Amino acid sequence: MPEAFIYDHVRSPRGRGKKDGALHEVSTVKLAAHVLEAVRDRNDLDTALVDDVVLGCVDPVGEAGGDIARSAVFTAGYPNSVPGIHVNRYCASGLDAVNLAHAAVASGQHDLMIAGGVESMSRVGIGSAGNAWAMDPVVALPGYFMPQGVSADLIATKYGFSRSDVDAYAVESQTRAAHAWSEGYFANSVVPVRDINGITILDHDEHMRPDTNMQKLGALNASFTLYGEMGGFDAVAIQAHPEIEAVDHIHHAGNSSGIVDGAAAVLIGSKKAGKKAGLKPRAKIKAFSNIGSEPALHLTGPVDVTEKLFKRTGMSFADIDLVEINEAFASVVLRYIQAFDLDPAIVNVNGGAIAMGHPLGATGAMILGTVIDELERRDLNRALVTLCIGAGMGTATIVERV
Amino acid sequence: MELKNFRFDIDSDGIATISWDMPGKSMNVIDLSVMDELEKIVEAISSDQTITSAIVTSGKQAFSGGADLKMLESLNSSFQTELKEKGQQAAIEKLFADASRLGDIYRRLETCGKPIVAAINGTAVGGAFELVLACHHRIVVDDENIKLGLPEVRVGLMPGAGGTQRVARMANPQDALQMLLKGQQLSPSRAKAMKLVDEIVPLDGLLASAKKWLADSPRSVQPWDEDGFRLPGGKVYSAQGANVFPAANAIYRRETYDNYPGARSIMSAVFEGLQLPFDTALRVEARYFTHVLQTKEAAAMIRSLFISMQELNKLARRPSDVPADPIRKIAIIGAGFMGAGIAGVSARAGIEVVLLDRDRESADKGKASVEAGYAHQVSRKRMSEAEKDAALLKIATGADYAALAGVDLVIEAVFEDRGVKEQIIERAETVLEPGTIFGSNTSTLPITSLASTSKRPKDFIGIHFFSPVDRMMLVEIIKGKKTGERALARALDFVRAIRKTPIVVNDSRGFYTSRVVETYISEGHRMLGEGIPAAMIENVGRMAGMPVGPLALNDEVAIDLSLKIMRATRADLGADSVPDDQFRLIEQMVEKHGRLGRKNGKGFYDYPDRAGAKKTLWPGLAQLVQLVSDADAIDVETLKQRFLVIQALETARCFQESVLTDVREADVGSILGFGFAPFTGGTLSFIDFMGADKFVALARRLAKAHGARFKPNRLLTQMAKNNESFYGRFSPPEAEKTA
Repeated sequence: MPEAFIYDHVRSPRGRGKKDGALHEVSTVKLAAHVLEAVRDRNDLDTALVDDVVLGCVDPVGEAGGDIARSAVFTAGYPNSVPGIHVNRYCASGLDAVNLAHAAVASGQHDLMIAGGVESMSRVGIGSAGNAWAMDPVVALPGYFMPQGVSADLIATKYGFSRSDVDAYAVESQTRAAHAWSEGYFANSVVPVRDINGITILDHDEHMRPDTNMQKLGALNASFTLYGEMGGFDAVAIQAHPEIEAVDHIHHAGNSSGIVDGAAAVLIGSKKAGKKAGLKPRAKIKAFSNIGSEPALHLTGPVDVTEKLFKRTGMSFADIDLVEINEAFASVVLRYIQAFDLDPAIVNVNGGAIAMGHPLGATGAMILGTVIDELERRDLNRALVTLCIGAGMGTATIVERV
Repeated sequence: MELKNFRFDIDSDGIATISWDMPGKSMNVIDLSVMDELEKIVEAISSDQTITSAIVTSGKQAFSGGADLKMLESLNSSFQTELKEKGQQAAIEKLFADASRLGDIYRRLETCGKPIVAAINGTAVGGAFELVLACHHRIVVDDENIKLGLPEVRVGLMPGAGGTQRVARMANPQDALQMLLKGQQLSPSRAKAMKLVDEIVPLDGLLASAKKWLADSPRSVQPWDEDGFRLPGGKVYSAQGANVFPAANAIYRRETYDNYPGARSIMSAVFEGLQLPFDTALRVEARYFTHVLQTKEAAAMIRSLFISMQELNKLARRPSDVPADPIRKIAIIGAGFMGAGIAGVSARAGIEVVLLDRDRESADKGKASVEAGYAHQVSRKRMSEAEKDAALLKIATGADYAALAGVDLVIEAVFEDRGVKEQIIERAETVLEPGTIFGSNTSTLPITSLASTSKRPKDFIGIHFFSPVDRMMLVEIIKGKKTGERALARALDFVRAIRKTPIVVNDSRGFYTSRVVETYISEGHRMLGEGIPAAMIENVGRMAGMPVGPLALNDEVAIDLSLKIMRATRADLGADSVPDDQFRLIEQMVEKHGRLGRKNGKGFYDYPDRAGAKKTLWPGLAQLVQLVSDADAIDVETLKQRFLVIQALETARCFQESVLTDVREADVGSILGFGFAPFTGGTLSFIDFMGADKFVALARRLAKAHGARFKPNRLLTQMAKNNESFYGRFSPPEAEKTA
């Protein structure tokens, strides 16, 4: 079977996902095209060699609708022969895009692919695509639908994390992200977004609050109390986990992932295709897994999928140097660390989505790139990347340097 | 046109007045003959050129009580026959056609092209309310006692003749869903606020208003049949819809624990129907209605909560040879919480009440609490000021037992203490006239032994009220060994007069209800001893269908009382009868930690002083037991089964011991008395619908895993062997059924 290699990865800076965010003026398709152009230009890539473009996008409606990958191909000026496909597995879409591209190459069907994702949350609001899981009784009832924030609070309650635990984690995420930016750890992968004249629109992650501290976070009100109490979701949580007397609402904007705009792209290909395009491989995907998990907890899929992945590969955390787990909510990461008794020092070493934001469809590809950069910087070998996913799922990928 | 159930007149303007007036019935109901005639009427309205429009009204005081539930029950039983004879496909298609029929007739009326106005002269519920919703204009009489609504869900069903679709297209979706899911019955003003009726007028202006609307502004097309119709809550899949349905699903689960297929089907019918053209939406509603009709929950709830309850309310168990004689005047000894409660419901039913206590001041205090209760009812518009004043005038207070002369019934409701009660009985009997019945309100003291104090045990009977008296609909009548037929008949007459539901049981420790509910509490204790987290015990109790968790219930009845009962049980039945860990746990709770229950604010829960603050589980509980380390490893389904099975088993034991003699009383008593999972139809229906063989197998499995208390009794094992059911083996007599 042919091996598949990662030759390069790029991401956009993450813009605040609001009307006053820097990337709000940039359409979803331009944002996606931006990373396709960057991959091409910095690798001097003959894009006619690209067999397919796989992009994750969680709310693919309006300007992000149809097939955003094919749209972006036109805007980026790729030849007509390059097709595109849009994939959606909620928050892991970007990583699943990479996994699927890897599988297509490794199975010998394709030679060279671009995988990644895009989300302009300031332009296409979260939830815009609609969702039977949230709405339709025949899905919501067996699927124990809960808003993610209430589930994050449920995880904290069930596994014993307090408000100060989650706030402390959030402060650490900000500190690590600020440090990584100031030391230039992201310089190689973040490609500034420029206007039609070449004037810079955004060249840094706009959501970060490096000056935050426990006191500032302590002043914020929990965000999901009303959903839980008036909206009935605490009752859903308790009926799924009846050992809990009451859900402790502790998550807020400061210890949850930021709503941002952004895009990412990863260049994946066979050995032969890389040679043909004059590329040097940087890493390869060792293995990946997907799983469905308990839906009321909603966000504990990373634990389940990691167990599945290790079981299948015979590996363990002894084989893993660094871990990237998406910081959807602080309790998600804390539960993951607790479940595997991990050293927090190897987890999300350069901060994560609490500090820098979570552009839903793109994040998976972004954090994969982040950890490849960090493996190289630290001269380490192997990392595990995982994300929690809406409706109770998990995706995990083990990546290693070559 | 030949009609039996309706008067059908056409006036000179071509207005047809359809007046629903079924012969020989006090209330109009929808049965097969009504459907046949409605079909003819709709056909006439639409085809008769001389008819320009129509008014739908009723010749009875109420408009109509809706579908005859016995007819719906027969739909299910004819489905079962069809199933056996013609197979599943044919049977289900026939049921679907039958279940769709009423809705089809209403739809034809709605689209006949002529304006139809409903002149609602009285209460219209269920299928009758669906009829008026299918009219183009609704005028209701200005009387807040009139009830309008769709209560089907309360007997495990759902509206099946367009109700879910029309209500959700007229009212905003939150109000519509709440009304449908709770089976709310609305006053005319509330119905108007929800836009379910258009006008409220005085009774004498009803038909004139209907004609005026026909003359001034008739409309013959429903809003939802017009182009550009907009749902009151916006499209389902929209930002507006996203504010409604996710929370609605969660609240549905919070309120029902997903135990009621009728309610769940309402959710889906509304959700799916609102995305469809009206005729398709009606078909989808009919599909769900057909589905719900086949559920055991609907069959069980219709039988227990409608048919059996009605029969018991009509005193199916009253000895027929005792002549009827209304209860005019009663005396209540003991003006405390229970005594005052009984006085309140009696006076409200028009019965003269003498309320006695050891001095006038205490008796007056009791009356004051009745007055406060009435005032609350008035504030909630459940009672008028005039009704309140009239009822209060019926209550006389005092301390002199001479007032007992001339009453039909005496009820003692003093402190639950044998000595006190015996004194009262002795004192009262010095004054009682021959023929006066003496009732003792007790939940624990055996009636036969109390009656042994009495010189007139034939006239002595137990009348067990539940707390709070005004809200709890059950009265448990206990026959002592020597209780006479006349005493029973009079006690039942009294229960009927105060509009509560009686069950009649034979004497035993705890009678029926207290005895069974004790097993629920005790199972909670055992789980606690096993290290199941207290929150899980409580939550799973409710998830199983009980109204409160066993520990919260224990707090209400007092934990020291449980300890007393355990000690007595051990003394009577040996130390093995209560396991050590359970006993020690309760002993420690009471004697070491002073946790007595609600009454001292410290039980399994802490009760905050702050008004409105929620009780929370006492954190100290975790120190008294070794908690199971992984809550996820506990099988919640087994816990649910333990809660329900232990109560069903105790009921079967009551039956074998002849404490209970009527299956209907077992079921209705369990639901009304202690809230046993209503969707099961009650403790014995729970067994019947599972099947005695399956139930016995389950009980044996539980006995093996959790102890001998789950061993099925002889009656059950026999029934399992013979493939019998309680309702088959102990079928209530037909004669009594129609009494």
